[in-house]
Formats: sequence, C-alpha cells, structure tokens
Amino acid sequence: MSEFIFSDLTFENKERPLNEFPKIALQLRKDVITSLFYAGSGHSGGSLGMADVFAVMYFGGLMRYNPSNWLSSIRDRFVLSAGHISPILYATLARAGFFPPDELKSLRKLGSRLQGHPGLDVELPGIETSAGSLGQGVSIAVGMAISHRHLDKTDQLVFTVTGDGELQEGSVWEAAMTASNFKLGNLCWIVDNNDCQIDGRVHEVMNIYPLQEKFEAFGFNVITIDGHNYSQIYSTLKDFKNNSSKSEKPNCIIAKTFMGKGISFMEDDYRWHGVPPNKEQAIKALSELELLEKQIIELNKIN
Amino acid sequence: MNFEKIEKIPTRKGFGEGLVKLGEENQNVVVLGGDITGSVLTSFFKEKFPERFFSIGIAEQNATTIAAGLALSGKVPFFASYSAFSAFRNADQLRISVAYNNVNVKIGGGHSGVTVGPDGATHQSLEEISFIRTLPNMTLIVPSDYNQTKKATVAIGRMIGPSFLRFGRSAVPSFTSQETPFEIGKANILTEGNDVAIVACGTLVWESLVAAEKLKKEKGIKARVIDMHTIKPIDYNTIIDAARDCGCIVTAEEHQVHGGLGGAVAEVVVKNFPVPIEFVGIPDRFGLSGEPEELMEYFGLTSNTLINSALRAITRRDKGFDLIRHIKEINK
Repeated sequence: MSEFIFSDLTFENKERPLNEFPKIALQLRKDVITSLFYAGSGHSGGSLGMADVFAVMYFGGLMRYNPSNWLSSIRDRFVLSAGHISPILYATLARAGFFPPDELKSLRKLGSRLQGHPGLDVELPGIETSAGSLGQGVSIAVGMAISHRHLDKTDQLVFTVTGDGELQEGSVWEAAMTASNFKLGNLCWIVDNNDCQIDGRVHEVMNIYPLQEKFEAFGFNVITIDGHNYSQIYSTLKDFKNNSSKSEKPNCIIAKTFMGKGISFMEDDYRWHGVPPNKEQAIKALSELELLEKQIIELNKIN
Repeated sequence: MNFEKIEKIPTRKGFGEGLVKLGEENQNVVVLGGDITGSVLTSFFKEKFPERFFSIGIAEQNATTIAAGLALSGKVPFFASYSAFSAFRNADQLRISVAYNNVNVKIGGGHSGVTVGPDGATHQSLEEISFIRTLPNMTLIVPSDYNQTKKATVAIGRMIGPSFLRFGRSAVPSFTSQETPFEIGKANILTEGNDVAIVACGTLVWESLVAAEKLKKEKGIKARVIDMHTIKPIDYNTIIDAARDCGCIVTAEEHQVHGGLGGAVAEVVVKNFPVPIEFVGIPDRFGLSGEPEELMEYFGLTSNTLINSALRAITRRDKGFDLIRHIKEINK
C-alpha cells in the first residue's frame, strides 16, 4: 500500500499564497491518519480538526523557527497545551524538517521519541514542553511570555493551543488572569473550539460558553474565526504578529473547528476524540484525502 | 554545645536571605510570589529585586507551571508558599510540568509541619516528604536550622534541576554555624557514637542532639546523630555505615511516619544491611491547633521520645532477630 509510506516531503515556512495551504493541510491530515493507524491508539478527531490552523501557523512565514538549530534563543515558541492532539504537532514538525517524516511511524511505540502525549525527556526537536495533563501548557506559555517580554525584553512570540473542553480546568483561568495582569501582548492563545470532548458535546458535559465574552472579561483581545478558513486564520495570526510588540493585551483566537474535519465518517463526531482508524478506515480516509487532493490540484489550475 | 542558651531563629529567614544572595550572584534568578511573601520571606527578594519578582496571587497551580515556563526560557525561578499548598495544591503541576519536564524550578515549602501552630491541621503539611521524594528527577531538602536553610537555598539555586526545600515558621535552635559544611546529598554526622544511630531531619535534628546528650550523661550510651538534610538523593553510604556500626537506628521527623524520612532510611537499610529501626514522627493522623512547643510535646516529637525509641532499638538489636520472641513481646 503506497498510502502507508511516509514521503520525505517537507514544506518551507514562508509567506505564500492562500491557495497553497490546502495542500499542506492535506498532507498533515494524511500523516495524522497514517501515524495513528500505525500506533493503533490515539486521538484522531482533534488532530484532524486543527490541521488547517497548524498548516498556516507553521508554514505561512508567521512563526520564527529554524529546524536545523531549533533551540535558538531567538525562536518564537509554540506550546501545545492540549497534549492529546500530539499527532498533528508531530506531523507538522516532521513536514517542517524538525525530524524525518518516517519517524511518524513510531508514534506511541516503545522507545519512540513520539510519545502518546509529548514528553520533553525523549528530546524530540520542536517539542517545547511535556503536555497531557490538561491546562498546564497555557501556564507554561504564560511563563515563557513573561520571560521574553519582561526579563529578556525581546519580541519573541508565544503561541499556545488549548482545547475547549480543556477550559473546564480551573487553572487555565488563573493563566488567563495572569496573562492580562502582565500585559502579555506577545501571547497568542488559540482555542480549538470544536465543542467535542470524550463524553459528548462540551456545552452538555460542562458548559463553558459564552467564550468570547469570558476572554474579553479577562482582558484579552478576542477574535472568533472559522478554523478551517485559511484567509481568516492567516489574517488573524498576521495581525497578532504585527501588533504584538505594541499590544498590552494578550490575544485569544477562538477557532471554530470540526473534530475529524476532512474525513466524511469522522467529521463532527465526538466519538472520534480518542480513537484511531483501523486499516479499513485508514484506507477509506486516505482515499477521501487523495480525492480531495486531486480536486485541489484541478481547482488551482482553474485559478 | 550550650543546650541551655541556644539562640532561636526561624528557618524561613534563612530561605529569604538565601534568595537575596542568589539574586545578587545570578541575574537569572527570579521569584514568584503566592500572596504570602511576608510569611515565607520571599519579601526580602521582592524589595531588593522588584524587576525580577512576579506576584502571581493565590494560584499555586498556575505559579508552579509559570515557573516551569520561565525555566524553559533559561531562568532560575523560585516559587514559595506554605508547604500545604506548594506541595499539594499543585501536585499534578509538580509531577508533569516540573519533575517530568526535569526543569530548573525551585519550590519552597514554608510553614511546614505542626510547628505552624495555631493555624491547625489544614496548614500543617505532614505528607510532602513522602510525595516529593517519589517524583523522579526531584531533589528534596529539609534543613534543620537557620544557617543550613540559607546554605541549602543557595545550593539548590546553584544546582541544575527541580528541587523542593521544606522549612518552617517558628524560631528554632540555631546550632550550626556559617562554617558548618553543607553539601546536597551528603549527610552531616553531628555526634560520633556506635551504640545507636539517630537519623533526623528538620526540627528533629536539634531534639536528637539533646537526646544524644542525655543518653550519654544518664545511660552512658553513645548515639550517632545524623542530620539527613537531603532526603533525595538520600545518602546511602552514611545510612549503611550507621546500620553496620550501630546495629540499630531511630529515625525522626516532623512528618507522617508513613513514607517520610523513616521510609527513605528503611528502604536503604532493608536492602543493604537490615537492622531494627524505630520511627519517630506523626502517627498517621492530622495535626491540630496549639502552640508549636505544645504540639511537638503532644505528638511526642521530643528528645524524651527519642531516648525511649533509642533504648527500644538497642533492646531489639541485642535480642537478635528472633522474630517469634519479638512478636510475643509486642503482644504482651
């Protein structure tokens, strides 16, 4: 099965036309499906749902990083707080050149650098912190943002992604309070708002809404976007980057997404939160993605 | 040593002064406040280096994790609160963001043990030695007096890796000097003796010295008092030597007997050189309000208890390892 081989393809991090992002996101989704199939366990839904955000964030020339010297002291930081969607981060880092894409095959296996939830101890390039106990990453991001803005006095940006169910953890609101208290305009907190968590719809398990108003009340610049619309994702992140050094307000992007986005039988179904595809499902998913790829190529020809 | 006229100074003062010393020698040292800065004396640092002090408020989970973020950005962050809150409210954060990340975060656990006094059980942390020492990568230090706390504070600030320092509120005998050696992981032998070893930490070290003096004067028993200030990594050699030379051990701590210093010592002894051990500590219960000295007396954290425990340990040693006889005696 050719679909189950990881190509060496990597993408540059540069300013690019919006119509180049679908192809990148598609590759990330393929990697998510394939690595989760190999793993035999893991979180499909959220990983697929955030593929578009990750494609723009890492490959649009917005975040400053250098895979061949990734610990550079002037890098921007990305902290994944929702550690369970590690497959999308791993796929992104591999396609950005942090490590060989073939290593995606080792996800969740004994001896792998691709731990089920990211671990710092295995020293995978691009991983800024361990994550998996929900709510902690965002406080780590706040610590980094304090360090860059108030101690080092650099213009380094800090990006973090939390889930929406994750906002049920009380400590995230401690972090929110702190971010605005210390005027962390260099912090960009992206909420993956798919309204799904393991037990069901987030608003049914424990209502977190209204979100926009909550973050505003905590002193954030808040913008709600369609997390699958490349134009909206790009312009929002670009605005953050351009304004961060002047801004005294932390930033929150509420990205409305669909869990399992891109795969017909997974889309918007919370039962796919923590389940991997079996072989048959993986083949079906990859076929759908390939069909989509052909459509994208055709569409780009017309454009 | 003058047992009558010993000066008393709170260990938290040593912590506060140690932080200032660290701040002077390393620009990267930063301190996070958890509201009670005047209690745990991070206020000294705040006054001296306001630009490197960040008030996080009453949010221990957040403060601990922010510290991890600062450490991941090359800083040496200290966060201190009452041990009841800086070891337990943030337990998950200590486990994942600090210990698993293996980052250079330093946690101060002040107002520990029953010597907090009147605040009562909620504020009397008696379980953190047991919790912190099970976390991989952590260093855990329980200093015994003011000078040692200051040295320990500086020492954990200079070493690389996650560390926890447990200290107290009330004034306690200041029996070490500025010259007394302090090395992380190397216990201090305070009195020489081969009859019984008393391994203690924190406030119980002084009580052990008093007990040793009385044992010598009243019974002619020479006790080896060991100040086991570093609970993790524990000083294996000093414990094994004590077991071999003395043949019996008493452990003493202002902490639950379950899983604390006594447990740590027992793990080493049982594996390497099994000898009878008597455990002095809090007997699996919560604290209560009272004055510090009253509570130490109430819970038997005194030299008299240590003397009785030493005599019992010696008896058990001398009767050999006849378990059946021993069990019969216990059941009498």
